[in-house]
Order: sequence, then structure tokens, then C-alpha cells
Amino acid sequence: MSSWHAAQVVRTEPLAASARVLTLAVPGFAGALAGQHVDVRLTAPDGYQAVRSYSLARVGRDEVVELAVDEVRGGEVSPYLVHEARPGDRMEVRGPLGGYFVWRPHDGGAVQLVAGGSGIVPLAAMARARAAAPTSDAPFRLLAAVRTPADAFFAKELDSTEGLTTTWLYSREAPPASTRPPGRLTLDDVTAHAFAPDVGARVYVCGPTGFVEAAAALLVDAGHDAARIRTERFGGV
Amino acid sequence: MDPAPLDGNSLAGPLAGLFATDVTLVTGRCAHCGDVSVLAACVVYRHPMGAVARCRACTAVLLVVVEHPAGTRVGMPGLAWWQGPAGSTRTGAVGD
Ligand SMILES: Cc1cc2nc3c(=O)[nH]c(=O)nc-3n(C[C@H](O)[C@H](O)[C@H](O)COP(=O)(O)OP(=O)(O)OC[C@H]3O[C@@H](n4cnc5c(N)ncnc54)[C@H](O)[C@@H]3O)c2cc1C
Ligand SMILES: [Zn+2]
Repeated sequence: MSSWHAAQVVRTEPLAASARVLTLAVPGFAGALAGQHVDVRLTAPDGYQAVRSYSLARVGRDEVVELAVDEVRGGEVSPYLVHEARPGDRMEVRGPLGGYFVWRPHDGGAVQLVAGGSGIVPLAAMARARAAAPTSDAPFRLLAAVRTPADAFFAKELDSTEGLTTTWLYSREAPPASTRPPGRLTLDDVTAHAFAPDVGARVYVCGPTGFVEAAAALLVDAGHDAARIRTERFGGV
Repeated sequence: MDPAPLDGNSLAGPLAGLFATDVTLVTGRCAHCGDVSVLAACVVYRHPMGAVARCRACTAVLLVVVEHPAGTRVGMPGLAWWQGPAGSTRTGAVGD
């Protein structure tokens, strides 16, 4: 798990306004848990290397890594992954990584997922793992904050995943039918759509650092036990 | 503006070569303020030279990780102790 694996892009698919799914073939990559990530290393012809972390969008198949990458304008790595990488391109992958921000099918109990932007990726992997585990009847809820409807990742699938209730919250532009004015996540959103604190749900919050900190604080304000909230920060300015 | 920090989840890769178990689940005590938390919850700043992990409560530097081609070096200037996750006292394979 510690060494770099050779990886090759086998497929790319458009996902959202500025995002796409990349599927990599990675011999030797095995045993990933939902919520884990990999480190991706790119090497330029002159030897310059860049390493970034990306969450696994789906687990369950060894030797295959599925990523969902959103473009950060002006970034070093993500514009390449979203616009340029194509089947046959080579890179390196280290992982699967992380044992804290994970959900295991035998964990049991209600699960509240809270995503900002591309932070939905490891949470989608958890919802997919739950749907794929025939024994799991844990109720899942997802609160997903996105800029506009065009920025929602996996929307069709997450709106119809067995056992999962998804609420999309738009920060810049909402669909015409929406009654909630566009804006940041609020305490009202949390109390209206998340599990009540007395359900004792396990809570996973992921996204840009500012979003994660604001959302975790709102969950605590709403009465959730801080000890049951797990967070993963993606960075940002 | 400075880039926003990451958290200890992002140290899983850099530390994977050093330890047999996932290090982000290790619990540490800040030598400065006494806060106890899993490594996953600390505040991490990435620099070109390496990663600096700070205490989530008092911002003291807990850990510095530098990945060298010759090997990964970890400094622990601010940790009073480190405790493995449950099961880490067994010899041989640890956890899952
Ligand atoms: C554990 C982990 C998992 C991650 N999983 C995913 C994932 O599944 N999908 C995904 O798209 N990204 C994910 N990220 C973010 C990813 O690692 C990169 O930070 C992101 O792709 C930007 O890289 P870059 O090289 O394009 O930008 P950089 O060249 O690194 O940065 C350019 C500028 O953008 C800012 N910036 C960096 N990251 C972000 C961000 N996330 N949002 C807004 N501004 C940013 C920087 O501060 C800098 O000012 C994850 C991060 C971590 C730590
Ligand atoms: Zn401290």
C-alpha cells in the first residue's frame, strides 16, 4: 500500500460543468474501502513531479481506480486531469489510503453525509458501497452543496440510490422549481434535511476546507455530537 | 491569500512507507496544550519541502513530514506521545 503503482488512464467521461470521471487501470491496487483516497503523481518530461490526493469514487473492484475530478482554475494538476488526460496516458498511484474517513458495510446505524462541491466524491463511494452491500439496511442521508445544478456530480444516480435520501443545496443558482434561495449552507438547512441529533447518525463531512469547517460547526450547533462527526478537508483558498 | 490547510487524512500517503498500520488513526497528545486527537484531525499545511501538521487546538507544530528520494523523514517536535489504534499491540498483521 505504501509504494507507487504504475497507472494508465483507460476511460474518461464528462461528469459536470467542470468535472470528469477518470478510470485508471492500476495493477496491484486492491482492497479499497469507501471513503479512502489515493495520491496521484504526475511526472513531466523534464522530471518535474506533482502529487495530489483524489478520493475513490467507487470501491469494490481491485486493480481499477475511479476518480472524479473537478477543475480548480489555474491549478497545476486538475486542469490536466479534467481537460487533457486521455486513454493511454500514464501516471502513478499510491494507495488505497486513510483509515479514518471510511465507511464499512458492517458499521451499521444511520449515516449522514454532508458534501461541498467535489467533497461528494468519497461520500458517493460510501452510498454506492451501501447499495452494493445486500446486508446493509443502514439509512443514509446526503446533504450536497453545489454552486449550480450543472455542478452536481452523479445527480441522477444519487437521487435514485436505494436507501439514500439526497438533498441538493445550491449556492449560486437554483433550479426554477426550487423554493430555497441560492446561498450557503445554513442551520435551517441542517435542521430541515439532516437526521435529527437523537438518531445518533455517524456523520461524514467533506469538501473545501472552508465548507467543512462551517458545516461541522453548524452540525454541532444543531445538536450533533462532535465526537460522531468525521471530516476531510480538500483545501482551497 | 494563503492556501487553506488540509487535515491529517492527507498524511496517509506520505507516512504509508514508514508504518505497518494506517497512521491517521493513531492518537497523539500535544506536548504544548495537552489536546488529544487522532492524527486525521490535525491541521496540515503542505509546503514544497514537505507537510507540517499542527495541533487543532493550539496550532503548535506536532509533526513534520519530508519525503526525500532517500527516504521519508518525520520530525515530531510537538507530540508528548503517540498511541496506536486498538489492536496495535498484537505482533504481526495489524488491523485490516
Ligand atoms: C484527501 C483529499 C482528497 C481529495 N479528493 C478530491 C476529489 O475526489 N476530487 C477533486 O476534484 N479534488 C480532490 N481533492 C483536491 C485535490 O487534491 C487538489 O487539491 C485539486 O485538484 C487542486 O489541485 P491543482 O493542482 O489543480 O491546484 P493547485 O495548483 O494545487 O492549486 C491552485 C490554487 O487553487 C487552490 N486550491 C487547491 N485545492 C483547491 C480546492 N479543492 N478547491 C478550491 N481551491 C483549491 C490552491 O490553494 C491554489 O491557490 C482532494 C484533496 C485531498 C486532500
Ligand atoms: Zn496543542
